[in-house]
Amino acid sequence: MKHIDEYRDGNRAKRFAAAIRSITTRPWTIMEICGGQTHSIVRFGIDELLPDEITLVHGPGCPVCVTPIELIDQALVIAARKDVIFCSFGDMLRVPGSTDDLQRVRADGGDVRLVYSPMDALRLARENPGREVVFFAVGFETTAPANAMSVFRAKQEGITNYSILVSHVLVPPAMEAILSSPSNRVQGFLAAGHVCAVMGFEEYIPLAKKYEVPVVVTGFEPLDLLNGIYLVVKQLEEGRCEVENAYSRAVRRRGNEQARDLVTRVFRVVHRKWRGVGEIDRSGLGLRDEYESFDAARKFDVDDLTAEESIECVSGLILQGLKKPDQCDAFGGTCTPEHPLGATMVSAEGACSAYYRYRRERKRTGDG
Amino acid sequence: MGKEKTEFNMTCPLPIDRYPNVLLAHGAGGVLMNDLIEKIFLAAFDAQGDGERHDGAVFSVDRGKLAFSTDSYVVSPIEFPGGTIGTLAVNGTVNDLAMCGAKPLFLSAGMILEEGLPMETLWRVVRSMKEAADAAGVRVVTGDTKVVDRGKGDGIYINTSGVGVVAAGREIAPRRVRPGDAVLLSGDIGRHGMAIMAVREGLEFESPIESDCAPLASLVGSLLGTGADVHCMRDLTRGGLASALVEIADTSDTTIRIDESAVPVPGEVRGACEMLGLDPFYVANEGRMIVFVPAKDAGIALRAMHACRSGAGSVRIGTVCEKESRRVLVKNALGTERVVDMISGEQLPRIC
Repeated sequence: MKHIDEYRDGNRAKRFAAAIRSITTRPWTIMEICGGQTHSIVRFGIDELLPDEITLVHGPGCPVCVTPIELIDQALVIAARKDVIFCSFGDMLRVPGSTDDLQRVRADGGDVRLVYSPMDALRLARENPGREVVFFAVGFETTAPANAMSVFRAKQEGITNYSILVSHVLVPPAMEAILSSPSNRVQGFLAAGHVCAVMGFEEYIPLAKKYEVPVVVTGFEPLDLLNGIYLVVKQLEEGRCEVENAYSRAVRRRGNEQARDLVTRVFRVVHRKWRGVGEIDRSGLGLRDEYESFDAARKFDVDDLTAEESIECVSGLILQGLKKPDQCDAFGGTCTPEHPLGATMVSAEGACSAYYRYRRERKRTGDG
Repeated sequence: MGKEKTEFNMTCPLPIDRYPNVLLAHGAGGVLMNDLIEKIFLAAFDAQGDGERHDGAVFSVDRGKLAFSTDSYVVSPIEFPGGTIGTLAVNGTVNDLAMCGAKPLFLSAGMILEEGLPMETLWRVVRSMKEAADAAGVRVVTGDTKVVDRGKGDGIYINTSGVGVVAAGREIAPRRVRPGDAVLLSGDIGRHGMAIMAVREGLEFESPIESDCAPLASLVGSLLGTGADVHCMRDLTRGGLASALVEIADTSDTTIRIDESAVPVPGEVRGACEMLGLDPFYVANEGRMIVFVPAKDAGIALRAMHACRSGAGSVRIGTVCEKESRRVLVKNALGTERVVDMISGEQLPRIC
């Protein structure tokens, strides 16, 4: 298939891998930010093609995984209300809150609907004026423009039965949190291509300078990833720490300015709690005052709800690249996609889910 | 009783002006139910026209063993590109019987109708069942109808059960799968699941994806006719190719290695899956099967499959190996291997 097959070509991948091997002289630890990249790496076995000196660690870029547990709990309370149609992207349905998940709420009679875009949720609001329609607005900078657009339109059209439960997070503050941690071991980053398609990559320039790390904007196909890794290793070996764009077919320096404008018009930067990681200053988006009436947490009075996370789940360490999923004692035992301890096991972009799906061993039977 | 034979025709034989929709009374055992049975069900399925109504069907069978299978169908939408719930209900049970090495002969059809269902829709579904049954060479010989309150069903639910005859001495079962067996696939994958999803979610593609829904009985008949020592067959349904492979590897205590580049996935299915974050290996099919034969028989098996319309796209996709710590391994274009395992619940479209 065009635009896919050429980026999955086995021979070219081997040539890239050989090129990486030929320039690698020392051990390097590189983090891919985005969960979509993690899944590609594990699915295509990219890490197996790399020299032993290179360690890939998986980053925090899975929006489902970092959505704090109290927000899931808030979603569950809202979704259970009789007057609400609760709309969500598919992979939020299985994410465990303190006691339940959205699938269970749906089974108990909640009107939970899977949508592909917030604009579909807005359409539902238009079609059901007698009911409240709430969209679960999770995601990084990638989903922010469409979510902003839905609220912007709702306001323009005077639709008052639409609101969003906002859990937007931002990539650069998370990178800074990782880099400034004393236990950090990340020496270079593959920046998330789709986030950069919206935001551009100028934000990373001060980070690269301050922490002396190379940042390479990278796509999601095997050859994109190998190319990104090659460029990071090359910089590391040459002692450079620059921001490079290896995903120029989708990313411009300043991103999509129209989308950015819309995001700034509707949202403002706020402090956000990240599941498993804790609060990071100025790391998320919240609705601006003039769009306050579209804030579902306020509308349904759930913004005071708090919750504690499972102490068994080490997803925080995994999201910071400090542990790999298969180094967790619960992995595949007490934590499975059917009974997840944390979101990283059930999200389509979660690192634990990638390892479980593509690398799990057969269960040992009694007779061995 | 009603001996007058009703012609099988394309228009709904129940007068639409009188009963445009199914009423609760159509399931109540009275005149209306009799009307429904005679004018819809007997009209479609009573090919002999003897119109005999009894509590069950009695028939004689050839010597051999009997295969018996049942399945219920609850698909929404009821009609989709490439078929209806009726085609699925006939082909699904026909295929389950065929996978046991049986020649499917007779089906039962239990219909649960929702009050208010347009009679025209019911007629189209019944007609599609009749056409599917004819194509598969089976007869629907007994049935049942119930009507449930509006809102308590999804238009139509259908259960079909079927019997078929397995020739004496033939044994086709997962336990016969051996290391060294070739794994054959009867065509491209993923079309049924994506056709349904496209209709359900209002997704539009340049060319609409049609379900692969088809009977596999004649394909199996010609395959078995070659004398190839078929160890096992499995039709690919809800869990897709992946789940079928995992089940067989599990039951036969082997590891199956698949070459991803050999597995045909239509461009539009691949495109839709890439966009939605789904894996075609887990997408549902309704007219595809995998076959396990000794490697030496792979050639004649494939030739026989190619000769049938439903097997024209047959290919060898892998090999059965000695048991390892992983059940099914898929080699991708990069030459690395990944595990394919049962999926937990349904595949859900991703965020970004």
